Amino acid sequence: MKKITIYIGSLLLLLAFMPGCNRSIEDRTKELPMLEPVKTDADAGDWKPVVLATPTEVILTAPLASNNAAYLRELNEIKGLQQNLTDAQRKTIQYWGAGAVLRWNEIMRELVAKRNLPPYQNADGSYPTPSAANPFSYPVFPFSNPPYAARAYAYVSVAQYDALVAAYYYKRLYTRQAPYKTDTGIKALLPENTLPAYPSEDAVVASAAVELLKLLFPADAAYVQQKANEHMEARIMAGMNTRSDIEAGVTLGRLVAAKVIARAANDNMSKAVGTPAQWAQLETDAAAGGEVPWKSLDAPSRPPMLPFYGRVRPFLFDSLTTIAIRPPAPPSTSSEKFKAELEEVKYYSKNATRDRIAIVHNWADGVGTSTPPGHWNLIAAEDFVPLRFSEVRWARNLALLNMAVMDAGITCWDTKYFYYNPRPTQMDREIKTTTGIPNFPAYISGHSTFSAAAATVLGYIVPAKANAYDAMAVEASNSRLYGGIHYRSDCEVGLAQGKKVGNFAIARGQTDGCN
Amino acid sequence: MLIKKILSMLFLIYCSAVGYSQTDIDAIMMSKNNFCTGFMYTHNSWDQYWEGTFKRNNQNLGTVSSQMIGVMGNYGLRDNLNLLFALPYISTKASMGTLAGQKGLQDLSLTVKWMPIEKKWGKGDFSLYTLGTLSAPTTNYVADYLPLSIGMRSKTAMVRLMLDYQVKHFFVTGSAAYIFRDRVTIDRPSYYTTELHNTNKVDMPDMTNYNLRTGYRSSTWIAEAVLDIAHTQGGFDITKNNMPFLSNQMNMTRAGANVKYTFSSIEGLSLIGNVMFTLSGRNVGQTTSVGAGVFYIFDFNKKKNKS
Repeated sequence: MKKITIYIGSLLLLLAFMPGCNRSIEDRTKELPMLEPVKTDADAGDWKPVVLATPTEVILTAPLASNNAAYLRELNEIKGLQQNLTDAQRKTIQYWGAGAVLRWNEIMRELVAKRNLPPYQNADGSYPTPSAANPFSYPVFPFSNPPYAARAYAYVSVAQYDALVAAYYYKRLYTRQAPYKTDTGIKALLPENTLPAYPSEDAVVASAAVELLKLLFPADAAYVQQKANEHMEARIMAGMNTRSDIEAGVTLGRLVAAKVIARAANDNMSKAVGTPAQWAQLETDAAAGGEVPWKSLDAPSRPPMLPFYGRVRPFLFDSLTTIAIRPPAPPSTSSEKFKAELEEVKYYSKNATRDRIAIVHNWADGVGTSTPPGHWNLIAAEDFVPLRFSEVRWARNLALLNMAVMDAGITCWDTKYFYYNPRPTQMDREIKTTTGIPNFPAYISGHSTFSAAAATVLGYIVPAKANAYDAMAVEASNSRLYGGIHYRSDCEVGLAQGKKVGNFAIARGQTDGCN
Repeated sequence: MLIKKILSMLFLIYCSAVGYSQTDIDAIMMSKNNFCTGFMYTHNSWDQYWEGTFKRNNQNLGTVSSQMIGVMGNYGLRDNLNLLFALPYISTKASMGTLAGQKGLQDLSLTVKWMPIEKKWGKGDFSLYTLGTLSAPTTNYVADYLPLSIGMRSKTAMVRLMLDYQVKHFFVTGSAAYIFRDRVTIDRPSYYTTELHNTNKVDMPDMTNYNLRTGYRSSTWIAEAVLDIAHTQGGFDITKNNMPFLSNQMNMTRAGANVKYTFSSIEGLSLIGNVMFTLSGRNVGQTTSVGAGVFYIFDFNKKKNKS
């Protein structure tokens, strides 16, 4: 009896601790190698910025000389910090040492996911609209849906890229060395390089991000500033920059951000929501053309998502081009082709295999996620890490990617609201879906357009993976058909349209002086 | 006869309550070489749920319901040592909106139930039980699709301590359990809880469960009132108008009743029925469960004796 007691007792204990033993979360990017660029890109001050005409459009005064007493006192600050580094501080240095542009890209994805929530309805069934003027009251501003997010990623990436081009220009001009080179009493806690330290490239990246994110995610301004402070302190503790290197970076980042924000203020985004009269007009116009107009499938019925986002000013072409490259009309809702495509959607709806659901959910990127543009940023970021780009090359590549993704969103939204085509479930209520139906017209598929644009740009940046990226874009596109929320035409034309936009980005990349 | 269902507790938490009346939680042991087995059907539904502490409905879901058919069994290794299993098949659906329901075999659970102490105490009988349960998904069903997934896909291990006191036909049973939950792999590479996670692995918070039951127990009838409290140890609230997620904090307090009738005319046959209501909750549906089952005891002692 006693034996049994011991046996059972230990069995129960064993059972109890089996699943509990392996509890640390596996995050792919929490711990990454320190960024040690293959090339310093010391001449990136000659690269072509996006919003700035030239780097000298923003003025940065010369630093104090390295024998100046004030500068020497700054070196003492670093020595003092390095004498008492805690484990937490060393961790912070390592975290940010993986790459400034990389970490801010992750923070951006986090903010998008956090704020990607459609507003809850009012008691009367209408919906409140988030207001930038009053960001904290419900619904919190913004609702970072895919088009909003695409534009946010693009503006932050562009601001960081332009600020870095200016920073590299002034680095070469002023050639102030890093503190660990000036004073042997200071250790470099991150990989050494030959790049001048003034202004700090990390501070420029953080400062440009802070300014843009305060605009784009006002309710998270305090969090963003706290991250930036942590980032910049880490650079000082690591012996990579003095406080004046950092402050110069902040100044430069702000100056560039102001130029980028001026562009954002006049890109028509403020008119993208539209008015109830405009929403009604969209429906009337579609019906007048003999087509079944799109209707919201949300309950209560929700106004269409950013119907005039198609008029937002693109980065890679002008708004007239948006109209010029608009794809031809989808199959008429009364045509045989339309019926056949509807049947195909219904087939996938009725035959949702486990493998297809996995594809649908891998690419869904719906409510509460960093959106399809964020998903492609994740793919890009994780593929860029082993390629060890310099900060400015990181920023340039993400700017190319995100300009393409934003412009893909613009042409996609232009097309969606020009044709105002209904979702499959609107035409056949028996079509159930394995992911939420987005609250905007079907033609052309946003996922397909975003994905093909992203895959095209990434294939240009990382040619060895070009075929893999194309295959991913096709899978992302198919996922919408498998999920029962898009017709094949939406997907195929969306892919072709995305590729078209991606090629604009490649054309820019070929002439920006980076290669 | 005692059949069980652990995962009920986890799963019922959101998708609905899979409330078995024949559970491991009751203070009844299967005699040595007896095997009790049968089927249980449970219907669960809710149209109100708690988003954090905010109670609401959702016109894009309407009424969310699930139906469960479970096969379960209990074998007496000894008079005071039982081995139990349960395997449910579940289908879910939403009455409104466009989201497709799911169906499939859910998780197999195995329980060792042991009664080390059974003695006279005052006017009645006192007994103490310890239970250990392991559960694991039997199919590759979709977990990250709440509230319409059929389960959570988490491997779990539970330990439970249970006390029972019976005077004549009246009894009280109380138990407390701790449920360890293993991480779950989902179909997407990144997700947001209260921060961004760049992984497809989801750490599941553990759970505790408290169960109190009292009523009448004889060889033909059992009628009992049940109070059941389940709490997630950690996890986060569903943000406003967001979708639920696997690692949400999911709490619920439920009350209900079980009835079991054992036939005297047909030896070994019994019928059970139960109903459970959700009194309060957090990040779960306010589930109402109604269940019925039929069970039969095979006595291998008799066969041996005959042969």
